[in-house]
Amino acid sequence: MLELLSGFVAELRAAGLPVSLTEHLDAATAVHHVPLEDREALKYALGATLVKSSSHWRAFETAFEIYFSPRGAATGAGAGGSGPGDATEGEAGAEGQPAPPGAGSLSGAGGSAEGLSAEELAQLLYRALRSGDRGLGGLAARHAVDRYAGIEPGRPVGGTYYLYRTLRHLDLDALLERLLADERAAGELTDLEDRLVADEYRARIDALRQAVEAEIRRRLVLDRGAEALARSVRKPLPEDVDVMHATRDELAALHRALRPLSRKLAVRLGRKRRHRRRGPLDFRATVRHSLSTGGVPVEPRFRHPRPAKPEIFVVADISGSVASFARFTLHLVYAISTQFSKVRSFVFVDGIDEVTQLFEQAEDPGEAVYRITTEADVVWVDGHSDYGHALTEFDRRWGDEVTSRATVLLLGDARNNYHASGAWVLDGLQRQARHVYWLNPEPRQYWGSGDSIVDEYAVHCDAVVECRTLRQLEGFVATLA
Amino acid sequence: MSRFETIPSVAQGLGDVGYVADEGIAGVVFLADRLEKPVLVEGPAGTGKTQLAKSVAELTGSRLIRLQCYEGLDESKALYEWNYRKQLLRIQAEQVAEAGGAAAGTDWHALEADIFSEQFLLTRPLLEAIRADEPVVLLVDEVDRVELETEALLLEVLSEYQVSIPELGTVRATQVPMVFLTSNNTRELSEALKRRCLYLHLDYPTLEREREIVRAKVPDITGELADQVARIVRSLRSLELRKAPSVSETLDWARTLVVLGVESIDAAGARDTLHVLLKYQSDIERAARELLAAHA
Ligand SMILES: Nc1ncnc2c1ncn2[C@@H]1O[C@H](COP(=O)(O)OP(=O)(O)O)[C@@H](O)[C@H]1O
Ligand SMILES: [Mg+2]
Repeated sequence: MLELLSGFVAELRAAGLPVSLTEHLDAATAVHHVPLEDREALKYALGATLVKSSSHWRAFETAFEIYFSPRGAATGAGAGGSGPGDATEGEAGAEGQPAPPGAGSLSGAGGSAEGLSAEELAQLLYRALRSGDRGLGGLAARHAVDRYAGIEPGRPVGGTYYLYRTLRHLDLDALLERLLADERAAGELTDLEDRLVADEYRARIDALRQAVEAEIRRRLVLDRGAEALARSVRKPLPEDVDVMHATRDELAALHRALRPLSRKLAVRLGRKRRHRRRGPLDFRATVRHSLSTGGVPVEPRFRHPRPAKPEIFVVADISGSVASFARFTLHLVYAISTQFSKVRSFVFVDGIDEVTQLFEQAEDPGEAVYRITTEADVVWVDGHSDYGHALTEFDRRWGDEVTSRATVLLLGDARNNYHASGAWVLDGLQRQARHVYWLNPEPRQYWGSGDSIVDEYAVHCDAVVECRTLRQLEGFVATLA
Repeated sequence: MSRFETIPSVAQGLGDVGYVADEGIAGVVFLADRLEKPVLVEGPAGTGKTQLAKSVAELTGSRLIRLQCYEGLDESKALYEWNYRKQLLRIQAEQVAEAGGAAAGTDWHALEADIFSEQFLLTRPLLEAIRADEPVVLLVDEVDRVELETEALLLEVLSEYQVSIPELGTVRATQVPMVFLTSNNTRELSEALKRRCLYLHLDYPTLEREREIVRAKVPDITGELADQVARIVRSLRSLELRKAPSVSETLDWARTLVVLGVESIDAAGARDTLHVLLKYQSDIERAARELLAAHA
């Protein structure tokens, strides 16, 4: 066990989790206190000692699934063996026992070497989802993998393709439609009921998808060993995903993670102003108060500092060259604007427009982003970034409103298509505002290459920060403290 | 001596005092006792972090000592401070006695020893937990609000379970208390503090657990209504709202429905009471549109 644990910890570290020696030792101790056959308990014992951030949980779960894979369970769907380690979800139970109720005609086929026919599998799947029985779902997942995954032993893959292949055959979208249609046919549904039923089936289908993925991984572990498989499926932690090249799922995870981060940003910027908790000594109040202690000034009194509300001006490039970063920034701006009362947001390409109102009216970041990309008036000539023109316009229209309490956040890659920089605007802003920061989504080594003129702007900023990942954004937020 | 027999017995026990735990929660509480480590509970507001500590105290028959954190909390409010007003009065009394013709002059040494004794000490939650003879559960609530220096102080106390007071000496815990720190994650806590703790992420509960929580906390509710409440809340959380409903809001809503005598939620009933569940007008409108309006 301890050796297995060491391998597991090594994998977590390789995946980017900061596991210390103390934590490794804690995990080793914790393992002694949980019953070995209880895989869930083991999982939580390891989780509590090794994972100290919720954004790392997913990476942890993946590694756990691989390293503590229920090996005891049989490979083939029909073999029905179950080892002591296989206590999960009652899969083994559903399979090892005689046929589950209603699966009558399936049990025979399930036991035979060639598995279920396509039709039998479809029936099983339908029944599993309709009943919501997880045991049945696990069984269906196994048969599905048997039939459709086409796993080729020895190939150094992580299983994404096998998953894709299996799911494509299962066509879960069509299945969802069928389930809903049957549900509607069975009785009149109100809109509310309809929605709740649909959400329930979506949840079941999600669980099924996970069961299929787990089953594929389990077989790949048997085929290639935990270490090799873990290496193939390793993914960057959410905070390390490069925003410019994130997949849709990764972006969604990023956007979710932004919310707490913007709250932190809000707290940071707010706190900064209150940092000196005590104002100057208030002499009169001290003396007045001292009367209660016989004239001895026991408790010095201080004036309350009056914290000024932080004002933030966010100015973001939303041109094509930073498209996915722009979506990310717009989400960030939205998140910031829900946290601060005084945020003004501007977006630009070669023209610039204020979008504060759009953010305020939008009900969710998705809508805000949509409205901004469709409604904001940001194209002046040709829709290629022109920082110089955008900045000059900003200065002309809103420059006077930037006060000494304001922080200006500029977001963009400073790729200016060889236009004039307009850097003088930043020079002025820096004098006027409390702070000017620039967040650049490009890797630092590209700064200044080609038409990037970030260096020209940098001299007028308090800091220019590389901001390709959430971790970097978080780092920036931390420096504000 | 351990407080719990097995992990399931923790879940069972928490259930008996009205806290619906899942395997993860029960497992971490169990380990906290066995490993004598504090638990850091992190998650969105209203997911039962504070309640967990309270319920564990109830379950183990311990006294709950709570340190509510806030920005600016310092040693004198977290650990102890000298009651200097009382000390001063004591000194003045001495002076008055002298002026009134008491024989010998003031013995300043004796006086100093006197005013730095137990009766002039104001004990704050951390010290109180360390000094307790009876079993206690220490709850350090919303620890993400304190500044780094105070966090460091906490870490020190939670590592040594002792406090040294220069004038009085070192106070050692006779028993390691169970400690829960909660955080809404508005600030990244230090690595050192996290390393010291077991970590428990409390997210919104699953459908099944939320249904159980509703039934546990709103005894008058029917199973059917509790189920409906939990389902609607789950669907609402899947929308991107400005503020997703927390468990507290689920419970408020369930109670409202029971008081109104609702047996089953229909569109009209939902529309009239959504404001209990959702705080923003825009969220309410959105929810009504997504859940209650006609679908294609
Ligand atoms: N698992 C649970 N079992 C019973 N009640 C719960 C549970 N989770 C949350 N609650 C209830 O929800 C409300 C909010 O919980 P609280 O502990 O104050 O949240 P937090 O500290 O996470 O903000 C309380 O009324 C609490 O009793
Ligand atoms: Mg709380």
